[in-house]
Amino acid sequence: MTTDFWTEGEPVVDKAAPDGPVETRWERRKFNAKLVNPANRRKLTVIIVGTGLAGGSAAATLAEAGYQVKSYCYQDSPRRAHSIAAQGGINAAKNYRNDGDSVYRLFYDTVKGGDFRARESNVYRLAQVSVNIIDQCVAQGVPFAREYGGLLDNRSFGGTQVSRTFYARGQTGQQLLLGAYQALERQIGLGNVEMNARHEMLELIIVDGKARGIVVRDMVTGEISTEFADAVVLASGGYGNVFFLSTNAKGCNVTASWRAHRKGALFANPCYTQIHPTCIPESGSHQSKLTLMSESLRNDGRVWVPKAQKDTRRAADIPEDERDYYLERIYPSFGNLVPRDIASRAAKNVCDEGRGVGPGGLGVYLDFADAINRLGRKAVEAKYGNLFEMYERITGEDPYETPMRIYPAVHYTMGGLWVDYDLQSTIPGLFVVGEANFSDHGANRLGASALMQGLADGYFVLPNTISNYLAAGPFPKVTASDAPVVEARKQVEDRIEKFLSINGDRTVDSFHRELGQIMWEYCGMERSEEGLTKAIGLIRALKEEFWTRVKVPGKGEELNQNLEKAGRVADFIELGELMCIDALHRRESCGGHFRAESQTPDGEALRHDDEFSYAAAWEYFGADGRPTLHKEDLNFEYVHPSTRSYK
Amino acid sequence: MDIKVRVWRQSGPSAGGKMVTYDVKGISPDASFLEMIDVLNETLILNGDDPIAFDHDCREGICGACSMVINGVAHGPEKATTTCQLHMRKFSDGDVIDVEPWRAAAFPVIKDLVVDRSAFDKIIQAGGYITVPTGTAPDAHATPVPKKDADAAFEAATCIGCGACVAACPNGSSMLFTAAKITHLGLMPQGQPERDSRVIDMLQAQDDAGFGGCTNAGECTTVCPKGIPLSLIGRLNSDYRKAITKR
Amino acid sequence: MAASGTLLVLFLFAHAAGNLKIFVGEADFDHYAHWLREIGVPLLPSGWFLWIQRFGMLLAIGLHIWAATVLTIRAKKARPVKYSHRPKIQGSYAARTMRWGGVIIALFVIYHILDLTTGHLNPVGGDTEPSARVIADFAPSHWYVTLFYVVAVVAVGFHLRHGIWSAVRTMGQQTSKGERRAKAIALALSVILVAMYLSVPFAVTLGLVG
Repeated sequence: MTTDFWTEGEPVVDKAAPDGPVETRWERRKFNAKLVNPANRRKLTVIIVGTGLAGGSAAATLAEAGYQVKSYCYQDSPRRAHSIAAQGGINAAKNYRNDGDSVYRLFYDTVKGGDFRARESNVYRLAQVSVNIIDQCVAQGVPFAREYGGLLDNRSFGGTQVSRTFYARGQTGQQLLLGAYQALERQIGLGNVEMNARHEMLELIIVDGKARGIVVRDMVTGEISTEFADAVVLASGGYGNVFFLSTNAKGCNVTASWRAHRKGALFANPCYTQIHPTCIPESGSHQSKLTLMSESLRNDGRVWVPKAQKDTRRAADIPEDERDYYLERIYPSFGNLVPRDIASRAAKNVCDEGRGVGPGGLGVYLDFADAINRLGRKAVEAKYGNLFEMYERITGEDPYETPMRIYPAVHYTMGGLWVDYDLQSTIPGLFVVGEANFSDHGANRLGASALMQGLADGYFVLPNTISNYLAAGPFPKVTASDAPVVEARKQVEDRIEKFLSINGDRTVDSFHRELGQIMWEYCGMERSEEGLTKAIGLIRALKEEFWTRVKVPGKGEELNQNLEKAGRVADFIELGELMCIDALHRRESCGGHFRAESQTPDGEALRHDDEFSYAAAWEYFGADGRPTLHKEDLNFEYVHPSTRSYK
Repeated sequence: MDIKVRVWRQSGPSAGGKMVTYDVKGISPDASFLEMIDVLNETLILNGDDPIAFDHDCREGICGACSMVINGVAHGPEKATTTCQLHMRKFSDGDVIDVEPWRAAAFPVIKDLVVDRSAFDKIIQAGGYITVPTGTAPDAHATPVPKKDADAAFEAATCIGCGACVAACPNGSSMLFTAAKITHLGLMPQGQPERDSRVIDMLQAQDDAGFGGCTNAGECTTVCPKGIPLSLIGRLNSDYRKAITKR
Repeated sequence: MAASGTLLVLFLFAHAAGNLKIFVGEADFDHYAHWLREIGVPLLPSGWFLWIQRFGMLLAIGLHIWAATVLTIRAKKARPVKYSHRPKIQGSYAARTMRWGGVIIALFVIYHILDLTTGHLNPVGGDTEPSARVIADFAPSHWYVTLFYVVAVVAVGFHLRHGIWSAVRTMGQQTSKGERRAKAIALALSVILVAMYLSVPFAVTLGLVG
C-alpha cells in the first residue's frame, strides 16, 4: 500500500530465528552459532555505545570473554546511564514463591502484556535467561531486598498475579546498574575496555556494507574522531525525550539510533510509546522533565477523582460517596493494578471529563489513607518512605496528609531499531541491545521487564550471538582515509558547521518544547487520523523553521551543551515525523498505541489482528520524502491472540 | 520571585575564572534550581552571551551528575537533597545566591560549573567490585544473607557518586565515597574473598588521585544527598587495619 | 594522629591528677614533684625516668605535629582554589578548629614549660618548691597569665572533644550507636580534664590555696 505519507516495500524476515519447539530454540541457536577461538578474540574489536544495563553488561561480558572493547557514553561516568533511575524491580521466573510461576508463565504474560505484537521466540528466550540474571546480580553483591531468613524477597508488580519481581527498595535500577558498572570498571582497570566518557556518537561508519565504526565527538574538547571495530553495538536507550517532557534523563537521545537508521538500519514500531500512569504532574512552564513515582505505589494506593466536575474542594473535604475510585469501578478484578496503558488512558479520560485535580486539572489522586489505616503509618513508611520523601521534595506537599497527585507521562519506548533473533540490525555488524531495539515488549512493556531485557541482552544474549558474526573476522583493516570514513566524518563536521552558522533567533530548547507539545497532543495517549495528519504537517513546518531560525551559541571546539542539544533535537524532529506516520498507518489500537477510531463501544482498545499482526519496520525517508514500510509478520504458535480483559 | 545569582564562570580547564552576577526575574517557586538556571540560560543565549555550562542528567536525584555548591554548601541548603531536587521555594524573593563548582584538585574544572570526576571511577577500578565473570554465578538462593546485613549493604550502596562529600570536606577527601563501597561489598558474603585487597587498593587509588586525608570532620555526611553516615569511615578504617596486619 | 594523640591524652590525665595534689597541701605537692624524679630508682638513676618520659612525650608531640602537617599540606593540595562563598561549618565546630587549635596549644606548651618547668619566665620557688611557683604564677595580680592559661586549657578541651572521638573512629569504631557513645565520652573526658586543669589556677587566684 502506498499513501501520501509512506510506501510499502518487501517484507522483512528474521533469518536468525530457529524454528521448532519454543523451549529449545535458544539452546539450538547457541549450539548452531559459530564460536570464536579464545586466542582469536583479542584480535577482534567491538564498539559499544552506551553504558546502561545493556551496554555496560555487554561491555563487561565481552571484555571478560577476551574481546577488545571500546565503550562510549555521553555522561561523565558510565555509572550515570539512565538505567540508574529505574525504581520498581526486575522480573525473573524463579518461582521462589511457589505461586505457580514458571518460564512459560513469564513468557505468556509478556506476550499477552505486549498485546500480541512481540516475537514469541525472543520473549521465550527473555523469560529463560531471566533466572540467570538474578543469579549473576546476587553474585556481584547487588543488595536485593531479603526476608528475615536471608532469602530474596519478591513482590507482585504491574498487573501480574504472581510475585516474581526482585527489588532493592525503590532503587532497583541503580543497584543493578552499579553491579554492571563495577564489572565494567574492573575490565577497564584490567585494560580490556577502553572507556570514553563524555563522548557522543554522531555517525555510523559503514564499509563494504558492514558496520565498521563510528564518528564521535569528544564533548570536552569538541574534537571529532573516527573509531573502528569489527562490530558496532548500540545500547543507547530509548527516545522518550522526543516528547520533551518525559521521565527520561535530560541527555537521553535518539541520535545514535537515528544516525544508524539514516544509514540503512530499519526502525521498527516507533509509535509504541509507554505512558506511565504514576508521575508527578507538571507544575508550570519552566518544567524541564517529569518524575516517575514507582508503580509499586498502586499496590497500596487507591486512585480516585471527585465525582463532580471542576470540584475545587481539598481532597480531605470531599466525602467518600462523592469520590470516584474509577479504576476499581471499571476494572473490578484488577482494580488499581491494571496495566500501565489502561491506567494512563483512564486518567486521561477522567481529566478530559473535567474531573482532574490540581493545577490545570491534569492530575488524579493516589490516596494512601486506607493503607495507612490498615497497615499503620510505619509499615507504609517502610515500604514507600523514599518515594513519599521524593514527592514531598518536588511538590512541597506531604503525601501522608494529603493524597498524592499523579498524571501519566512518557516513560519508555517499545519501538527501536529492528533486530533479528541475534539482535543484529539490517546492517551487518550493527547490533542493537536494550531499549534501543524493538524486540521483546511488543506494543506495551510490563512493569519490571525493562531491567530484565537490558540485562538479558547484555549479559547473556548478545555475547552468544555476536560471536556468530565475529567468527568471520577480523575484517579488513579500515583507516581514516577510506572514502566512506572520510565521508562520514565530513557529514558530522558539516552538520556542526551548519548548526553554528544559522545564528537565528530561537533557542534549541524552544524547538524541543514545541516538538514535545505537538507529539503529546497528537501522538500521545490517544491518536487519530486527523490529529496525526495535522501533526505531520506541524512537524515538517517546525523542521523547516529549525534549520533557519535556531541559534546555537559558542564554537564546536569546546564544551558546548547547546550544540549537543541541537544535534539531538534535529534528530528528534525527524523521528517525530516517523512516529506520527507509523501511528497513522496502524489503524488499530494495541498496547501503548490507542487509535480513537479503533475502540470497543465501552471505550477499550480494539486490535485488528487480521490486518496488523506484524512489526512495522521503516526504511529511512527516500528521495521522495516518504519512508518505506517493511512488514515482519508475527506468528503466534503458543500464546493465541485474545482480547486483554482486566475487568 | 526575583533573585540574583553569582555564578563561577570559567571558559576552559586552563582559563582563570570569576564570579559573575546575573538577575533572574519572575521565577516560579515551584521551579527547581536547575530549571532556574535553564531559564537564565535561555535569556543568555538570546542576548548573545555564553550560557552557563553545568552537569545534570536525570533530574530526579539518582544519577549523581548535578553538582553545584550553593551559598557555600554542596547541593545547597536542603538536607539529603541533590541540586536537581532543590526547589526555588527554599529561597526568598530578593536573595543573592552564590553558585560554584565542586572544588578539588582531583575534580578539575572543565568549564563553568562542570568538573571532571573520573577520579571516582579510578577508585572503583582499583577494587570496588566483586569478581564474577558472567554466567558463572551459583543459584541466587545458594547463599542466604541476613536481612540486617542486606539492608545495611543497601544503605551504603545508595551512594550516587556525585562527589558532594569531596566538595564539602575541608581536606578534599573522598573517604566517605570509598567507605560506602567498602561497606556495601564488605557486608555481603559474596564480597569476602576480595575484602582485604579491596580496601588496600581503593585507598591507594584514592591517594594517587590527589584527594586529601580524612580527619573525621564530618562535613561530608551533612551534605550527602543519600545520608551516607560517617560511621562507614570507621568500618573502612577497621577493614584497613585488619588487612594490613594480615599482609 | 590517633596513636600519638592517645599517648598525649594519657599524659594529660596523669599531669592533671598530679596537679590536684596541690589541694592536699603544698608540701605534698612538692613531695609529688620530687617523687617524679625518683620513679624507677634504684633501677634507674634519679631523674632518668622523667627524662625518658620527656623524650617519649617529645616524640609523640613530634609525630602528632608531623602527621598534622602532612594532612594539612595534603588538604591544601587537594583544594588549590578556595570557595568564594566561605563554606558554612555544618559538621562539628571542634573538628574544624583542630589545626589552629593545635597551633595555639603548641605555643602554650612552650610557654608553659618556660614558665612552670624551667622557670625562665617565673623564677620563683626553684626546683625544690614548685608549689611556690604555681602560687606566684596564678596570683590575682597575674590575671593575664591565668587568662592565657584558661584560654589554652579550653582550646585543649575543644581539641580533645574532637580528637578523642576521631581517634576512636580511626581505630575502627563503626556503629552509629558507638559513635554517639564515643562522642559523649570524648565530651565528658574533655570537660573533666578542663575542670581538673582549671581548678588549680582558680583556687590560687581565689586564694583557696597558698
